[in-house]
Amino acid sequence: MITRRKILKSLGATALAVPALSMPLVARAQGAAGRVVVVGGGFGGATAAKYIKRRNPDIAVTLVEANSRFYTCPFSNLYLGGLRDFESIGHSYDELTGDYGVELVTGWAQDVDGDAHTLTLASGDVLEYDKLVLSPGIDIRWGAIEGYDEAAAELVPHAWKAGPQTRLLREQLEAMEDGGTFILSAPDNPFRCPPGPYERVSLIANYFKTNKPNSKIIILDAKDNFSKQGLFQAGWEALYGDMIEWVSLSNDGRVVRVDAEAREVETEFGVIHKADVLNVVPPQKAGAIADAAGVTNEGGWAPVDPVTFESRLVPDIHVIGDASVAAPMPKSGFSANAQGKVAAAAIVAAFAGEEPSEPSWANTCYSLIGPEYGISVANVYKVVDGEVVVADGGGVSPADADAEFRRREAVYAEGWYDAIANDTWGTVA
Amino acid sequence: MRTQPIMAALFAASVIGFGLAGAVKADSDITVLAGTCYNCHGTEGRSPGSIPSIAGQPYAVLLAQLQAFKAGEARNATVMSRLATGYTDEELEALARYFSEQ
Ligand SMILES: Cc1cc2nc3c(=O)[nH]c(=O)nc-3n(C[C@H](O)[C@H](O)[C@H](O)COP(=O)(O)OP(=O)(O)OC[C@H]3O[C@@H](n4cnc5c(N)ncnc54)[C@H](O)[C@@H]3O)c2cc1C
Ligand code: HEC
Repeated sequence: MITRRKILKSLGATALAVPALSMPLVARAQGAAGRVVVVGGGFGGATAAKYIKRRNPDIAVTLVEANSRFYTCPFSNLYLGGLRDFESIGHSYDELTGDYGVELVTGWAQDVDGDAHTLTLASGDVLEYDKLVLSPGIDIRWGAIEGYDEAAAELVPHAWKAGPQTRLLREQLEAMEDGGTFILSAPDNPFRCPPGPYERVSLIANYFKTNKPNSKIIILDAKDNFSKQGLFQAGWEALYGDMIEWVSLSNDGRVVRVDAEAREVETEFGVIHKADVLNVVPPQKAGAIADAAGVTNEGGWAPVDPVTFESRLVPDIHVIGDASVAAPMPKSGFSANAQGKVAAAAIVAAFAGEEPSEPSWANTCYSLIGPEYGISVANVYKVVDGEVVVADGGGVSPADADAEFRRREAVYAEGWYDAIANDTWGTVA
Repeated sequence: MRTQPIMAALFAASVIGFGLAGAVKADSDITVLAGTCYNCHGTEGRSPGSIPSIAGQPYAVLLAQLQAFKAGEARNATVMSRLATGYTDEELEALARYFSEQ
């Protein structure tokens, strides 16, 4: 059983004055403009917490995050390719707590009672909220591919959440002999970071090219096409010759079984592929707390009203980032940050008794095919008739661009990383 | 950009999201529109990295640059020509005004 201790200090001034649960309006009238609890200090959650405080410092904001330091998936492929050290993709919560007065609770959010407006932590502590923001990112669908469970991931990493998994994959790549085979199994849509698997093999190819030039890379794909496909394939050929082989769904690319001990995978039609280093990017769903809160659909993702990112299923819970259904916006860090800002504006407006503003988002996913070869896909999004739609224009980098254009996009990719890390966590590169 | 909270609206807000889902304020908040520019140009347009800062540039310069991006006439554009097409002329004017004032 859970002990219902309350974290008084995290509730700020309101907690002292009120049993605010039953009297939220009174709580506001007495000084605090409202209480927000945010779960997840990644791209979406950290941005939402910061931008609520930027818009109205009188709102009490508590951030619940499992880890004391955040490592980004963006640029983790550069680490895998030996182009960055791991700490360079790590970020602290110092700006949020020090400059913005966000209360940080390092712990695991376990359960939500949407009627009572409470969040229960694994420690047993209970937090009350007027508005809850969930940005838990993804969870792996363990067992969706036969043989791929948590124990298997200790031998065959997914490295689709940055941390120990990413380091494990890097160690295996370093230990691999020249002439070895690296296999990446890519999932069907929707999943976190549509161009991510293809950037990953690119930067591993770059590492192999200089360190293990006789090695081979195979992508076994559960799809027949992928993000920025033409640009990736042209870049692979230009930089790595025939080192990278892509096997589409129609060519029996879908992996149905993993033998982690043997580092083997089996595809739909019974072909066995043996790898020296194996990376399974498995099917995914919204982080577990979204299920616990009752905001997910049959697909495992959270449908939201795009104007506010409030759940369509449970009031006063806003779901942003990878966990939400925001298509055609991709599940990217850029999108999560942009959604965090829109949700923050909507929450601040709601506390003030105002209508939310017209939302607007952009997304750009930069990918590096080599250290000096960048490509991107860029779009602006708006809401029409209650749905997110792609605004005019946008699209991918030109197919016929010269080397100088690719080089500049690689430089801007780094500029993007510095800017979004600064905007989200206050990190100064 | 904020209007004064009114009591009736405050009560409406406590049940918001369902009845009012989809409703938006008539005059939209420029900081919402500008927020996505921060992801590349830095918070409020002050860049910490290789993408140019746009804060505090003259309005006319910013507007001319954005219009050139949208028209596909900016030499050396890599990504802005693809993004600027997503905004109306009025939105570009509002963005140029906002960043010129930062
Ligand atoms: C290899 C790779 C490359 C990528 N490259 C890019 C890129 O170049 N550009 C880009 O825009 N995107 C990129 N992405 C995608 C990006 O990482 C995600 O879209 C982004 O992290 C989503 O943000 P989020 O806030 O939804 O989740 P996250 O950023 O994952 O944050 C979730 C946080 O919630 C915490 N959490 C979850 N559940 C709980 C709980 N119950 N209690 C407490 N804490 C909890 C987690 O610890 C985590 O810190 C990449 C992804 C991968 C895998
Ligand atoms: C994906 C990253 C990205 C986003 C998002 C972005 N920009 Fe840019 N911006 C750039 C880059 C890169 C350049 C340099 C020109 C180029 O390569 O396209 C640039 C150039 C500019 C310039 C010209 C600056 C100069 O000194 O030459 C202006 C003005 C500008 N952007 C405004 C904006 C506005 C306003 C927004 C938001 C609506 C925005 N940008 C969103 C990346 C971005």
